[in-house]
Amino acid sequence: MKRRNFLKTSLGGTVTAAAALGGTVLSGTAQARENLEPAPEAVGMLFDSTLCVGCKACVTKCKQVNDMPPTIEGDHTAWDSARDLSGDTLNVIKVYQNGTSATKDAEIDGFCFEKRSCMHCVDPGCVSVCPTTSMQHNPITGIVTHHPETCIGCRNCMVGCPYNVPQFQYNEVFGQINKCQMCNQKGVERIDNGQMTGCAEVCPTGATLFGPRKLLLQEAKQRMTLKKGDIYNYPRGDISKPDNYYEKEVPDYKQHIWGEKEAGGTNVMHISSVSFDKLGMPPLGERSAPSVAEGVQHTLYSYLALPALALAGLTYTVKQNTSNHDDDDGGES
Amino acid sequence: MSQYQALGGRILTKPFMVLGLIFAISLYFMFERFVTGGMGAVSNLNGGFAWGIWVVYDVVIGTAFACGGYALAIAVYVFNKGQYHPLVRPAVLASLLGYALGGFGAFFDMGRFWQFYEIFLPWNWNFNSVMLEVGLCVAIYILVLAMEFAPALLEKLGQKKLLKSLNKVLFLFIALGILLPTMHQSSLGSLLIAMGHKVNPLWQVMHMQPLLALMTAILMGFSIVLFEASTVTVGFKRKSETHMLTGLGKIIVGLLIAFLVVRFGVLMFQGKLGLIFAGDFASFMFILENILFVIPLIILLSPERRAQGSKLLIAGVCLLLAGSLYRFDAFLLTFNPGPGYNYFPSVPEIMITLGVIAFELMAYIVIVKLLPVMHREEHA
Repeated sequence: MKRRNFLKTSLGGTVTAAAALGGTVLSGTAQARENLEPAPEAVGMLFDSTLCVGCKACVTKCKQVNDMPPTIEGDHTAWDSARDLSGDTLNVIKVYQNGTSATKDAEIDGFCFEKRSCMHCVDPGCVSVCPTTSMQHNPITGIVTHHPETCIGCRNCMVGCPYNVPQFQYNEVFGQINKCQMCNQKGVERIDNGQMTGCAEVCPTGATLFGPRKLLLQEAKQRMTLKKGDIYNYPRGDISKPDNYYEKEVPDYKQHIWGEKEAGGTNVMHISSVSFDKLGMPPLGERSAPSVAEGVQHTLYSYLALPALALAGLTYTVKQNTSNHDDDDGGES
Repeated sequence: MSQYQALGGRILTKPFMVLGLIFAISLYFMFERFVTGGMGAVSNLNGGFAWGIWVVYDVVIGTAFACGGYALAIAVYVFNKGQYHPLVRPAVLASLLGYALGGFGAFFDMGRFWQFYEIFLPWNWNFNSVMLEVGLCVAIYILVLAMEFAPALLEKLGQKKLLKSLNKVLFLFIALGILLPTMHQSSLGSLLIAMGHKVNPLWQVMHMQPLLALMTAILMGFSIVLFEASTVTVGFKRKSETHMLTGLGKIIVGLLIAFLVVRFGVLMFQGKLGLIFAGDFASFMFILENILFVIPLIILLSPERRAQGSKLLIAGVCLLLAGSLYRFDAFLLTFNPGPGYNYFPSVPEIMITLGVIAFELMAYIVIVKLLPVMHREEHA
């Protein structure tokens, strides 16, 4: 039959469409939640780039602890040649070089080393975006852990991480996401057992220092106040109970503690005498992006109230607009 | 007598066999991806570009191409524009196929495909996750589309009683079929928010992402209807449906103006208009993209041009390209995960995507020939 009944005005339709789309428009005024705060007993690490000599003991130790194979490049079997994080490299030391690379820790004509490993964000993007809660944030220690048993491999954690930390094992048919779990994953549990992370334990210079975030931040702030050329007593190992100290001349620190505030802060913090954008750190503000995304999501989907309202309006309108067109043949749809 | 007819005719035509060949080649690479080599063996995905064309084309753009059923449902059932009704069933079929294959695309992109069901288990759900909303919503919508298309199959099978009962509750599925795409098409935009700085500032509009994504999805939905109706008219030598499409052209004009106002308004409000003329790759892509948005606007603004089938087709194609480019630009082309990462899809990766598209087209051809999908011409 011909179903051209224009008695109905489209007024009802307009109202419903407004309800259906209204939710999205509302998001324009959605208030993002605040950044999360550091966990009460957050543990972390402080990486002082000026202390790192590039020995990569931490890379090797990390692979031992996590039972991962070394990356071999060419004939160099004496050291791990991993150049970046991957499905089986959770910690890597990269080198910054400029011009003649003559002076350590100089931005121009210099070189320095930079560690890449999970920053254990205070407000982690990977945890926020994961649909199946396979990324988790320990509420006490702040350690960000991964749980492959529920992971579907959508890799949203990878794109949602400002530092590209979670890495998928692309070269295996049955691969998984891997990332640093601060040596506290099931079967390792070094932190729960009162030990420190593997990388901090083997670091000969204290470039990687383990400990409570509060103490590490305090230490970093103190180093910011030091005068170049003075002698400072650098601790090694765990800052709450250092193995030992050693005296060293103070470098020309940049007045920037990476991870104090970036995107809500991180539990692994970095300090350096070369600016962080040169060391490949991302351009982050203080706001964490996932906090904005969550604000939008919760405005639209809180208790599914808006969708339910829209569905009710749509059902009513569609019913109105189809009921008077029904014929014997039922040729609607 | 049904208002719809099966087109009939030979199935194994030359174009069909070519599509079959493309699909067969892709099967080889799918085998490699799932059985012998893993994702790394067939794709150029890496630590910085975790999402390549399988996500961005097959899911993000593919489902927008599949918004024809959604866009028409809004016009017909919400705004009571009954005159477009004959276009609905073929559009629903295209949507069903587009979404089903988008779902399949998501599956072979899934790193841990063997436990895909974990996303359906409520105790795993993370309600902060945009991806959760997208995954569940798309899955349910595929079922809803199947229900919306079921009448065609039931008519073919002569199941009158079942058809009658289904028609009694169909309005529920139609309502859901409008709500669900509204939710997940906007969420596809929201996925970009958490990527923060990796998304180029010209596309990273933060909390406005869902609105822009939704508007482009509806625009692409109407455009694909223009495209499909024109192609079917030519390909199957049917009577022109231009008279119906003209009205769609008018709807597109309104939406397109709204979209451009919102887009440039947001960029102005966020102080980013200067970036358009920065002269870098992103600014070039942005300008190209917006030229593709503005050409159809110019074409469709004139009532004379709106009445010409060929002009409508050009406008539709431009808009489809514009909408696709909008998503490609944001998710891939200007996406910058940081130093050291590059991405260009590998040949096997492209072949798998082409295979999926070929399969979709083959299924469409077979179904419109066998099932009553197209509107009877004398009624048109």
